[in-house]
Amino acid sequence: MKKLGSLLLALCLVFGLFTATANAEGVAADEIKVGLIYIGDENEGYTYSHYKGAMEMKEALGLSDDQIVVKWLIPESEACYEAAVDLAEEGCNIIFANSFGHEDYLFQAAEEYPEIQFCHATGTKAATTGLDNTHNYFTGIYEARYVSGVVGGMKLQQMIDEGTIAVEDAIVGYVGAYPYAEVVSGYTSFFLGVRSVCPSATMIVKYTNSWASADLEKEAAEALIAEGCNLISQHADTTGASTACEAAGVAIVGYNISMIPTAPNYALTSCTNNWAPYVTYAVQSVIAGEAFPSDWCKGYVDGAVALTEINEAAVAPGTVEKVAEVEAALADGSLHVFDCATFTVGGETITTFDTAYGFEGNQLVSDGYFHESELRSAPCFELRIDGITEK
Amino acid sequence: MSTVSVKEPLMHIVKRDDNSLWRNVYIRVIAVVCSLIVCAFIIFGLTGMNPLAVYGGIWNGAVGTTRRMWVTFRDAAILLCVGLAITPAFKMRFWNIGAEGQVLVGALATAGMMITFPQLPPALLYTVSLLAGVMAGMIWGAIPAIFKANWNTNETLFTLMLNYIAMQLVTFCIIFWENPKGSNSVGLINKGTKEGWLPSILDNGYILPIIIVLVIAALMFIYMRYSKQGYEISVVGESENTAHYAGINVKRVIIRTMMISGGIAGLAGFLLVSGVGHTISTSVANNRGFTAIIVAWLGKLNPFFMLIVAFLLVFMEKGSSQIATQFGLNENASEIMTGIILFFVLGCEFFINYRIEFRGKRHEEVKA
Repeated sequence: MKKLGSLLLALCLVFGLFTATANAEGVAADEIKVGLIYIGDENEGYTYSHYKGAMEMKEALGLSDDQIVVKWLIPESEACYEAAVDLAEEGCNIIFANSFGHEDYLFQAAEEYPEIQFCHATGTKAATTGLDNTHNYFTGIYEARYVSGVVGGMKLQQMIDEGTIAVEDAIVGYVGAYPYAEVVSGYTSFFLGVRSVCPSATMIVKYTNSWASADLEKEAAEALIAEGCNLISQHADTTGASTACEAAGVAIVGYNISMIPTAPNYALTSCTNNWAPYVTYAVQSVIAGEAFPSDWCKGYVDGAVALTEINEAAVAPGTVEKVAEVEAALADGSLHVFDCATFTVGGETITTFDTAYGFEGNQLVSDGYFHESELRSAPCFELRIDGITEK
Repeated sequence: MSTVSVKEPLMHIVKRDDNSLWRNVYIRVIAVVCSLIVCAFIIFGLTGMNPLAVYGGIWNGAVGTTRRMWVTFRDAAILLCVGLAITPAFKMRFWNIGAEGQVLVGALATAGMMITFPQLPPALLYTVSLLAGVMAGMIWGAIPAIFKANWNTNETLFTLMLNYIAMQLVTFCIIFWENPKGSNSVGLINKGTKEGWLPSILDNGYILPIIIVLVIAALMFIYMRYSKQGYEISVVGESENTAHYAGINVKRVIIRTMMISGGIAGLAGFLLVSGVGHTISTSVANNRGFTAIIVAWLGKLNPFFMLIVAFLLVFMEKGSSQIATQFGLNENASEIMTGIILFFVLGCEFFINYRIEFRGKRHEEVKA
């Protein structure tokens, strides 16, 4: 009897200890506080999609309003550091920032608050900070860009088949923000999608050197249209390009949000990020007291990327069926966006790439395709492939 | 024979000839209180929120925690520094609206030193960065001054245009420094080693820039009020002909003053890179060059009044971020409030300089 008693006591102790450690590591769902640092506000598409993702997380985990603290319109400067430490002092357990230039400042705060998790979208440095509370996340947006490229390519091919444009006039114009891997990977995947259904397609890229400038994006789109582009797409965050397209009567594939309201007759579809899966996963990990990886990137299969509404009035016939087919192929792994057989660089098929920024020495090409966003969450593909001209 | 009685208007506006400090203060206080009352009606009318809660949010955001207070003080100090930079130029009636560019080139030169010479001993690196920042600002200030002094060019346009050149210069240099290539983001300079970062004092990373700016403010006050050069600036500002007649070398005063002006702006650039942001981008100056004009003008070119104005503006800016978080009111809400407060504060100048006399106070009949 005494033995049983001590056994029970021991069990209680162990159990008590166990729950105690679990509590020490995790956070109760009704006590967790989530900090969000945004470059824009709800009026700006990119930030809006992040906020929407966070709100879905709030619903899914049953958090209350005062458990989410948002810092709006935080520039890529020391203001981001101040915002991060302020959120830390307010008791946030996990802090997200959404703009590329926030990264250094966010991780500067991470150094001072090792018990708080810091998650940065689109960045490249979490794995190499030497800290275990820094995280990068991104979506496999290149997959959605590829699919949206298929939608655009079918439109171009339809125009060729109907004799509206000549075979060699299947020129795509792309309004890009900055000339680095994130944008290069994006426009390349879009172009490969276009070319998979419209083999004669070529592309011209123009940079605005700004993430969000309606004026610059509109001007760039107008210039591309003047140069003979018959399809426009974008990797910049406003509706500037779609405004130009509606005025000029040129088809557009947008980004972040549906462009149908601004270009009802010419917007085909948009590719978009869904940030809810990651934000939910990360917050859940903190609640459970579980470590989560420094890099996270999911695509179609996990619902982290998607197309917005397909504009039936503007797209080529059969588009919806084709999109379903391509999405299924991406999901079952039979289709790889950066299949080396589908593009050349300087006339040659690539067999090796090991110079990704910050991850030099890691081989990214194997099994005949470029392994995008597998080594780190942010895109690595920065090769300029044949058929695309940067201007 | 008839008596024509001229009807006296309801009120007269009479220039005040006495100047009482106490009255000047209480008129301004009344103006601020009135502006807050008007703001309260607007907040309630537009959003239905409790204006006192919103004011509480602004206070909380600006000085609600120790850290927030220090950030507000530091940012006010930097803004004041840029205001101090344009003070001597404005006193000379040289409309230097190029402080933005002068801050930028100062920041650029500082960043360049930090990136190029991280291996220098800290004291030497601070000195080199500081000198580079100040010199760059001086050159940027001297260019329009030389043209103005010799060929009487329009300094307003000239300094404004130099802002854009400074911005392009920064964009150009970022091409060499950005990480990764093409991203337009330099990131924290010397992130690991913190070489060239202004040190913390008593574990407080905010205080050193504040001290530096306060010293500059005191020096500027003395320079403008008690030095011969300060007096020359006033004379040139009042009348160039008088200055010539008094034997002042106007050209030299213009160029020298703008070098001081640009140099202090360059110092603000140094503080922004070495002491605050530790990076370089085209938005380092963040419109402070223009906001500083409001600071200098409202503060009547007096460093102590300018300090108050700079603090008020930064206070509202920090508060705005908090009411966006707390009440979902975006920055436009606080800009409306800042606008109303400035309107009242500027408007009350009228009551400081003039008084209104109503009919009946004095009776005069004009007989004809």
